[in-house]
Amino acid sequence: MIRYDLLIVGGGLAGLSAALSADPKFKVAVISKVHPIRSHSVAAQGGINAALANHPDGAEDTCDLHAFDTIKGSDYLADQDAAELLTRLAIPTMYELDHWGVPFSRFPKGTIAQRPFGGAGFPRTCYAADRTGQVLLHTLYEQAVRRNIVFYEEWLVTDIIIRDRKLAGLVAYDLAGGEIIPLRARAVIFATGGYGRVYQKSTNAYINLGSGIGMAYKAGIPLKDMEFVQFHPTSLLGKNILITEAARGEGGYLINAKGRRFMEDYASKAMELAPRDIVARSIQREIDKGNGFEGQYVHLDLRHLGREKILKRLPGIRDICLHFAGLDPIDRPIPILPAQHYSMGGIDVDATCASPVEGFFAAGECACVSVHGANRLGGNSLLEAIVFGKVAGESASAYLRGGSAGIDADRETAEAARALMARMRSIHEREAGENVFQLLNRLKRLMSDTAGIFRDAPTLSRGLEELAELREAYRRVFIYGNCGRYCQEMVVLVEFEHMLEIAEAILLGALRREETRGSHFRTDFPKRDDAAWLKHTIITRSEKGPAITYRDLKPGRYAPQERVY
Amino acid sequence: LTFKILRFEPQRDERPRFQLYSHEPKPQDTVLEALKDIRDQQDPSLSFRYSCREAVCGSCSMVINGRISLACRTQVSDLGSDEVVIEPLPNLEIQKDLIVDLKPFWEAYRRIEPFLQAPEGPPERGHQVDEKDMERVFQYITCILCACCYSACPVATRDGRYAGPAALAKLYRFAIDPRDRRPFSSLERVDGPDGVWGCDTVFRCNDVCPKDVRPADGIEGLRRKIIAGKAKRIFRREP
Repeated sequence: MIRYDLLIVGGGLAGLSAALSADPKFKVAVISKVHPIRSHSVAAQGGINAALANHPDGAEDTCDLHAFDTIKGSDYLADQDAAELLTRLAIPTMYELDHWGVPFSRFPKGTIAQRPFGGAGFPRTCYAADRTGQVLLHTLYEQAVRRNIVFYEEWLVTDIIIRDRKLAGLVAYDLAGGEIIPLRARAVIFATGGYGRVYQKSTNAYINLGSGIGMAYKAGIPLKDMEFVQFHPTSLLGKNILITEAARGEGGYLINAKGRRFMEDYASKAMELAPRDIVARSIQREIDKGNGFEGQYVHLDLRHLGREKILKRLPGIRDICLHFAGLDPIDRPIPILPAQHYSMGGIDVDATCASPVEGFFAAGECACVSVHGANRLGGNSLLEAIVFGKVAGESASAYLRGGSAGIDADRETAEAARALMARMRSIHEREAGENVFQLLNRLKRLMSDTAGIFRDAPTLSRGLEELAELREAYRRVFIYGNCGRYCQEMVVLVEFEHMLEIAEAILLGALRREETRGSHFRTDFPKRDDAAWLKHTIITRSEKGPAITYRDLKPGRYAPQERVY
Repeated sequence: LTFKILRFEPQRDERPRFQLYSHEPKPQDTVLEALKDIRDQQDPSLSFRYSCREAVCGSCSMVINGRISLACRTQVSDLGSDEVVIEPLPNLEIQKDLIVDLKPFWEAYRRIEPFLQAPEGPPERGHQVDEKDMERVFQYITCILCACCYSACPVATRDGRYAGPAALAKLYRFAIDPRDRRPFSSLERVDGPDGVWGCDTVFRCNDVCPKDVRPADGIEGLRRKIIAGKAKRIFRREP
């Protein structure tokens, strides 16, 4: 039996940050279904927020103001103490990252450069051109190499073993070895990322199936605020590849088919730099009103920024446009439309990243602390992944130091691995059945059609009905290839089961929340309702199906006010 | 269109074989999108690596009509051919179908100590770094470690001990970082035929790099740094 004190699941920014902060006296390993630098953190572009006050227009910036922007941006659903913790830790975190080797772009006087981002009172987004996620992920991986952290690469975790409300172990599929393997650990940190590919149109990597969230839910750990799904305003037409908010931060315009900077009608002060929920909705409204090009997109125009600025600040965006749309943003506007981008909700954890199950922690996009509430500000996700990854590593270490003896669950863990193997074999031995890749495509269409930017009760209910049919179809799933090495059918088959749970949690949470807040816009309840809904949605799986309860927010420093930008 | 895709399952098959698939991609489909559609619609057993689909994660390097590249960044229509031949990266062991074992690539990466070596704890307000000096590093940090260059390099092909273009370019990236204080001995580790002097300067790495890193510039830069470092040492000994 493979045994560790601490197993970290996920090799993106949150997982690596957790690994780097875990007490080195414990036996720690990171399990990742892809090589860590292939994780989706690599695709983040625009930057990471910290009130360094390096920008000439941001000399007055403080972490309190950063916290206020984050809370207002969250439509007041963030836990204010957690948001304050995040923004306070942001500053030392930036200097530590810089010291670890992150090649942040610089201002002429040598300090870390900062740019304006949506919903922020000051330019506080630190960046490395438009490849910030890539340099952060590579740098954290480099530090992990430096410290000889053990990696299980291309291992997919399939099950969480819990006994007596205590974490006992995991089961994983080793892709290269082709085997299903039981692992014991006294503590586990999930840093498995978001579920973007539950949607058809998503900026996320293909691998972002989000199964970690669904797996935790299936194991009895509650999920929080799952109805809050971020749609990024600017994804490239056709491919939905992210076009960073930095393109607007650097001064890009959004233009409709009538040639107007339409953000004037929706956020006259912040214009293109209003928070993402507002900009995404505005774009969709323009398209729905018939002000889109070919009825389906608007333009992101960077031409006035000039060649030099585009080449220096947005070289990655230019590459994407050249290679994936065959156009040069120096000469032509970029066709864009909103697409799913981020999951504000996730595994219910507190500000120490602890879940109700002893020894089970979660951090990053798969977790919901919550610091983003109903809408995340751009530049806060990389920050959250790194800061709360670190918090999780420290919390798990403290838990281990607490001397929790752990429990003897070798038999259960080995049994769970055998059960999965037997199940795969029996699916493989069927004569025929559903192709899991096609089921996945059906799920994506369903979610895009029924739980998008604008929602209402009949559509969400229809989504739940269709989801039930899909669940039935999944019972007939079939593995066409061999259940051996690199069986990607098996990977998707295992993940899909958890995606069904995620989809249900999103749809149910959205149906029950009869108000509009942040990214959750109900056309049948178009107003925010603080009296009734200033609370987190908690969804727990029980024998009888999903059970929803609500948790009131702790009162914070900032009373909810109208969000005008 | 006909897609001729190399299939191989080492545990079961004696040797690799090509399998033909007939598939009509949508107008702007990339090779990766075509592969996914073929898998989803025709053959769920087909295996290949993928993640970001936007040329930043480095997963889907393969050989497409004889050219090493990222499948996600190659438009099918740009190939201008009725037949698309897809093979795994050369010079690496096939694990399954288009998936190769990148172990030698990652071992070379680890050998060069791929991390910033700055001496003490972080300065209170961060490092002061000249804007232009930092930008010099940017050429190399666009590397996505996809191993296209390693796989294309004729030297790495014939000598498994050669560090290869990506690892050497990575070392150069640190060597020119103003915050890095690595000792000269760290560069001397690549002062040999399995390091910078192994390079044949045929620039296959520059040709195939999907991110325009030009790894050979890094190798050239390291050579200059090593020569300069040695000269300095001699000069110091014999004033």
